[in-house]
Amino acid sequence: MALSYFVILLLALSAAGYVMGRRKALAAAGGDSRGLHSLLSFYGWNVALAAFLTGIVILALWALFGSTLAGSMSWLGGVAALVAAAGAFAVAYGAIAPDYRARNSVEAKVKGILIFCSSVAILTTLGIVLSMLFETGHFFSQYSWSHFFFGTEWTPRFSGNSELGMLPLLWGTLYVSLIALCVSVPIGLFAAIYLSEYATPGIRAVAKPAIEVLAGIPTIVYGLFALITVGPLLRDYFAGPLGIGDSSRSVMTAGLVMGIMLIPFVSSLSDDIINAVPQSLRDGSYGLGATRSETIKQVVVPAALPGIVGAVLLAASRAIGETMIVVLGAGAAAQLSLNPFDAMTTITVKIVSQLTGDTDFASPETLVAFALGITLFVLTLCLNILALYIVRKYREQYE
Amino acid sequence: MADISASPEGLPGAKSSLYAQSDRTRRRNAAETRFKYYGMGAVAIGVIALVCLLTSILSNGLSSFQQTFLRVEIFLDPAVVDPQGNRDPEEMAKVFTFGYQPLIKGSLEAQAQELAAGPAPEITPQLLAGMVSSAAPADLRDFVLANPDRVGETVEFNFLANARIDQYLKGRVTRESAALDSRVDVAQLNAADELVAIGQMQKRFNWDFIFGPDASENRPEAAGIGVALIGSAYMMLIVLVIAVPIGVGASIYLEEFAKKNWLTDIIEVNISNLAAVPSIVFGILGLAVFINFMHLPISSPLVGGLVLTLMTLPTIIIATRAALKSIPPSIRDAALGVGASKMQAVFHHVLPLAMPGILTGTIIGLAQALGETAPLLLIGMVAFVREYPDSILDPAVGLPVQVYNFTNRADPAFVERASGAIIVLLVFLVIMNLVAIILRRRFERRW
Repeated sequence: MALSYFVILLLALSAAGYVMGRRKALAAAGGDSRGLHSLLSFYGWNVALAAFLTGIVILALWALFGSTLAGSMSWLGGVAALVAAAGAFAVAYGAIAPDYRARNSVEAKVKGILIFCSSVAILTTLGIVLSMLFETGHFFSQYSWSHFFFGTEWTPRFSGNSELGMLPLLWGTLYVSLIALCVSVPIGLFAAIYLSEYATPGIRAVAKPAIEVLAGIPTIVYGLFALITVGPLLRDYFAGPLGIGDSSRSVMTAGLVMGIMLIPFVSSLSDDIINAVPQSLRDGSYGLGATRSETIKQVVVPAALPGIVGAVLLAASRAIGETMIVVLGAGAAAQLSLNPFDAMTTITVKIVSQLTGDTDFASPETLVAFALGITLFVLTLCLNILALYIVRKYREQYE
Repeated sequence: MADISASPEGLPGAKSSLYAQSDRTRRRNAAETRFKYYGMGAVAIGVIALVCLLTSILSNGLSSFQQTFLRVEIFLDPAVVDPQGNRDPEEMAKVFTFGYQPLIKGSLEAQAQELAAGPAPEITPQLLAGMVSSAAPADLRDFVLANPDRVGETVEFNFLANARIDQYLKGRVTRESAALDSRVDVAQLNAADELVAIGQMQKRFNWDFIFGPDASENRPEAAGIGVALIGSAYMMLIVLVIAVPIGVGASIYLEEFAKKNWLTDIIEVNISNLAAVPSIVFGILGLAVFINFMHLPISSPLVGGLVLTLMTLPTIIIATRAALKSIPPSIRDAALGVGASKMQAVFHHVLPLAMPGILTGTIIGLAQALGETAPLLLIGMVAFVREYPDSILDPAVGLPVQVYNFTNRADPAFVERASGAIIVLLVFLVIMNLVAIILRRRFERRW
């Protein structure tokens, strides 16, 4: 790749800049670096950074937009970058004098780099929103938005004439998330209460890491667990004998396994929140003669409630955006059904299935994935903001 | 005071005693005990779930590290493998894999007759040859092309056994299931028992599973995760090289230099939101920006690494900021007091002290990136890749995506492969987390 050669040339130019800048500064001070405003190395760094930053910015712009400007002349951007870098080199080199404030100049440049680093987060969000908005716009120019948001049929066909109604997917997503929350919230909450209020240090030292290990396991592992263990188990010993389902992939399978995945999430968040409730509230309750459980139920949990609600909302947002467990556990049939042992599908599963394999970015069957993506993004964003707002507001109360 | 002492018997249940619990106390104590058991139950469910998960993966996957091999003595017939007779590998390469099939079958003929006469009467040479993996002729051809001088000799060869035979010896295929399976015959199972008894068929450690490439749908016995390991290694390298400097830079700015204003607020809210954005959304971003807009090669570790970089960045930033925050202001003040600039105070004093915390956060971020699957599915990393990637621009798969690929295949023997790949993945994650814990223990400092 030609680009990497230019980067290497640029680095060489910068290294030369460091050595030459340093030498010129020393000569300008008459061989005694005490006569300079800044430490000697700053003069070298100033030249090197000036050349490198100028060059790399132009290279980056070229890599982003250059290919659309001049297809075959890929060396053009590289040469332009080197010329500009050499220019910046000359300017910085010419400015060297004993009273030149090289340190201030270097620090300003480093600060610029740091600011760029922190803006990457904003650029990422912008990239997400813009790319999805752009493609969603394409989608809605080919498919009516009211059919997408309110349609109850999901039957994509490659021959065209697809029905792309989101409601079955949204229903599947919410149903799986609901089951996951029904599993994870009580278990996570009780585990957190037990670990923070009852457990002896010995039990805590063993049980807390064991539960937190669950959070470090990749979701593909949970997905496989759902596929090869939980799904067949539920089908053979529960749904099958009761005659309410014959599929090993079901909302219940995915929901249960996702619930297990969310236990540590709920418990560690609630643990923090319960620990943040001031001891004086507990002591006051004990002083009035309440037992421990009464104190927890009537004092600690109500005091921690906003935080716990925040934790549950964060868990819900996780559940809605979770992909691998539902891909492997919930199935691919888009349907509106109340039976938790039916195979249903979710927004994330359909994003994966519409965007893998052949991707023809002109057809609504592919573009619908972007519309689904932005729906998912907005949904989780609202939950996250709400949760963060609640958690933050609550924290201020006791600090 | 007078009021309370005046009417003690006015209270209901006045016949209380210090020695016997009242009904109400008993109820309350029972509720207390119950509540405690609920908590213990919840913790127990969590721990049991973990144990079940690990047991399920281990019991399905551990056996993938062992593979059944059949020892066969093969006469490398010059008439078959080298029809020109000049031992020139280029000429010999004209004999396709298919031509080696009869060679294997022929050398099993005597064995088949022996078995048919004794313990496995229904076995035929055809069935016995069917017990060898369909990858065997290709292996044999590779061997012959690499050692043309051995043509005409009789060499001892260890062939992979067919997946059904392998699964039978591992206890997953039974005679009942074999009777319903068109791809295996009960006679073959009897023959397998006999071959194991005489030591000609045995299980060995399967290096090819860890370092070998993937294999096609109908030969699960030959499938390996080598390509996926290299793909994942490339991606981790990219994340390390890009995410760490940017993450640390962003944290330093936000923690040490940024003024409290609306722009900083937006960045902060942004980072905490990005940390909670579903990972699949990053996949959509990667598809739209890196592949459709910048035209980077699809399925390449470069794109995968960039997507994972954006995904892990918030994790690294949050951990680094916590590490920077824990350095007491006195360090900064001391540095500023002896004449360092703000930048020098941060880079010469705060950053080195925060390093262990930053490293810990980085490793945890990397571990998260290593296990991530969903975004990689969208940028074309689900492709079937048999070639080892030479650079970050070649097509590759990641380890978790390889697991997903295995689960998508119909043959039940791939379940073992998927679980085995997960064990390898988990081993890496455990190592990374242990390193993080050790770093934290060793260098953690209380100020």
